Amino acid sequence: MITELDRRKFLSRGAAALGATWTAAHWPAVLAAAEHAHKAATSAEPEKFEFFTPAEAKEVQALASCIIPSDGTPGAREAGVVYFIDRALVTFSTDDQRTYREGLPGIQKRLKELFPGATVFSSATAEQQEAVLQSLDEVGAKNPPRRPRANFLPGSTAQPLFEVLRAHTIAGFLIDPDADRKGNRGGVGWAVIGRDPGHSFQPPFSAIDKDYPGWHPAPSSKDASTK
Amino acid sequence: MTKAVRPEQTRYKTSDLVDFVIVGSGAAGGVLAKELSTNGFSVVVLEQGPYLHESDFSHDEIKVLQEDLLTNHPKLQPTTFRKTPQDKAKTQRTLVYGRAVGGTSNHFTANFWRFHEIDFKERSKIGTVPGSTLADWPISYADLEPYYTKVEWEVGVSGLANASPFDPPRSQPYPMPPLPVKANGVIFERAARKLGWNPFPAPMAILSQPRAGRSACVNCGFCLAFGCEVKAKSSSLASMIPIAEKSGKCEIRPNSYVHKIEIDERGRASGAVYFDEKKNIHLQKAKAVILSANGAETPRLLRLSTSSKFPDGLANSSGCVGKNLMFNTAAVSVGVFDEQTNDYKGYAVSRILHDFYELDAEKVGFHGGGGLDARFDMTPIGFGFGGLPPGSPRWGKDFKAALAHNWSRTFEIFGHGTSLPVKDNGFDLDSDVKDAWGLPALRMTYKDHPDDLKLAHWLADRSIELLDAAGAKQKWTFPIDEQQFGVHLLGTCRMGDDPKTSVINSDHQTHDVKNLFLCDGSSLVTSGRGQPTMTIMALAFRAADRITALAKRGDLKA
Repeated sequence: MITELDRRKFLSRGAAALGATWTAAHWPAVLAAAEHAHKAATSAEPEKFEFFTPAEAKEVQALASCIIPSDGTPGAREAGVVYFIDRALVTFSTDDQRTYREGLPGIQKRLKELFPGATVFSSATAEQQEAVLQSLDEVGAKNPPRRPRANFLPGSTAQPLFEVLRAHTIAGFLIDPDADRKGNRGGVGWAVIGRDPGHSFQPPFSAIDKDYPGWHPAPSSKDASTK
Repeated sequence: MTKAVRPEQTRYKTSDLVDFVIVGSGAAGGVLAKELSTNGFSVVVLEQGPYLHESDFSHDEIKVLQEDLLTNHPKLQPTTFRKTPQDKAKTQRTLVYGRAVGGTSNHFTANFWRFHEIDFKERSKIGTVPGSTLADWPISYADLEPYYTKVEWEVGVSGLANASPFDPPRSQPYPMPPLPVKANGVIFERAARKLGWNPFPAPMAILSQPRAGRSACVNCGFCLAFGCEVKAKSSSLASMIPIAEKSGKCEIRPNSYVHKIEIDERGRASGAVYFDEKKNIHLQKAKAVILSANGAETPRLLRLSTSSKFPDGLANSSGCVGKNLMFNTAAVSVGVFDEQTNDYKGYAVSRILHDFYELDAEKVGFHGGGGLDARFDMTPIGFGFGGLPPGSPRWGKDFKAALAHNWSRTFEIFGHGTSLPVKDNGFDLDSDVKDAWGLPALRMTYKDHPDDLKLAHWLADRSIELLDAAGAKQKWTFPIDEQQFGVHLLGTCRMGDDPKTSVINSDHQTHDVKNLFLCDGSSLVTSGRGQPTMTIMALAFRAADRITALAKRGDLKA
């Protein structure tokens, strides 16, 4: 979990590595920026939603929890993904508002088609929820390789809700917890995937590079000095 | 947000006739601004993007990648794409470039290989290649060598001299040792040696030691696509712009979007016309104009600057403005290992190899060559979207478990290679689509030369061979498709001695307009093997020397 201590560690390690001139001239500004981000990320969470109705939020929470479940380690729920998505829909993902508003009833409809006795997704059984998602995931096991690149979010109404929700859930789980986005609360997403908290690291980074004997020219390599 | 304290800036009025106006503040523009201002010339740099400082940078992937904190905006600046001149272009994002003071050098990976001798004279060596406009440079590696050294020492490159048996000759060692090795570098080095190849420490434009008031790398892990908060990455912003401003002769003017080069009645450049932040139009007068706006925007600006004297665009008597675009061939393979590598820590690349720099076309069946590097350049969210092997679960507990297992055990082998120049590939104007300022959008036309695609597959095969030798538990290659998207924007105003087949001479002076110079990715005649920024910066240092000499001789006087 990202703690006050880790943040301090980043700042102090960073400072140790800096040239004195640069530190004197610029460090206060960098420090102020880091403090600002940290404060924004840890300020008291208003339980009010900016886009979702309470009923919609409950369904989105349940759907996100199926995408990244809380199965012994924190999932989308603990990371506050529903708050991240709610904020996304009034900031960088306004194009997706309709997808959610019109898509959520569609998911309820799918649930009732598959399980006539069921009421809403959030109160369906785990098996029922899984079956609904299975039926919505058109890519499924094919999952073709796609290299991540800039501008990665769907951001258009052409994508079905399941794909937008999946992208938003992943982003809300793995975003820098110090970003002012309400996601990855307490850094739980990074903890789950094994990304150490903080923004400054010192080698060795793993047992593999720890045991590296240092660089030596290969015996077979052509002697560059004769060139 | 608190701004860093900055020294009093030099200011010029638009009516001041400055010595140089430079369009763009990136890899080339930053170097030219520093060199020319410290040589005593008055310089105004017009940058279309904002003036961001280290305290404005962020590790928020949404802000940086989705909201384009540092890069061109697809909504404000739409682009269109077509494969051939016969096709109708469709609106889609075709390119990413830096749009802030420092340009693309703010967010690059910082691989800083020099070009080799062959890159400057490949046409002479291999002859004509069907379907390609491959040409020799009018300068040689030896002409550029002192300037490569200047980049290494003045901008800041970490590396180990003569570690690769394929390196071209050099006059000086690197100023700093290589950055600390990463696990992917260790694994890459062992596997490559098993195969009889020659891996070596990657030359990187990132400081391994504190230098010139800048910090050494703190290994934050947000490198490619992100700005560096501690000035360890050797961007123009961190290395060159501060010296230019300190000279007292250079004004960096951000939020200034140049859309026309003004030409006087004698056909000489007399200044640059630009929109300010509020879309008011200004003319900055200058004795000479230098375009360093990148391989897409430089030709676009020339095409926008039509007049009765230059109906097909400025400096375009050759018809080569915007043509011969090259991206560099790329093939990315991925491996997952049993042991944790934790390659998310630190910069991207610590080991590379150049054994395939010059391939024998008779043996492999295509022209070209390239290099391999080991890297991990995925960010947490990017990894969640596209970092798992094909066929992996996409949601649920198995998805979560795969993310948790693979994140710290995955890295990529990146194959970089030549792009052969093809005349029809390039940028021009799409009058059907307008940007937010009402100007015609950039239209990209691109279809890979068939040899480039063969090279991509060939490099991917070597990467998979290497991952096998390294004992990767899972491995795959991202699909190799015809490219419709570029970040290396090269060759679109190529250098040459013949005014019929090139846009600028070896002094970066346009053949058609004596006091108009172009220096950026567009100047390159060949693509090199994948890492152009080092060469763009070296060209800019050399161009500054040539332009200074011309100015001192009085050749630029009106």
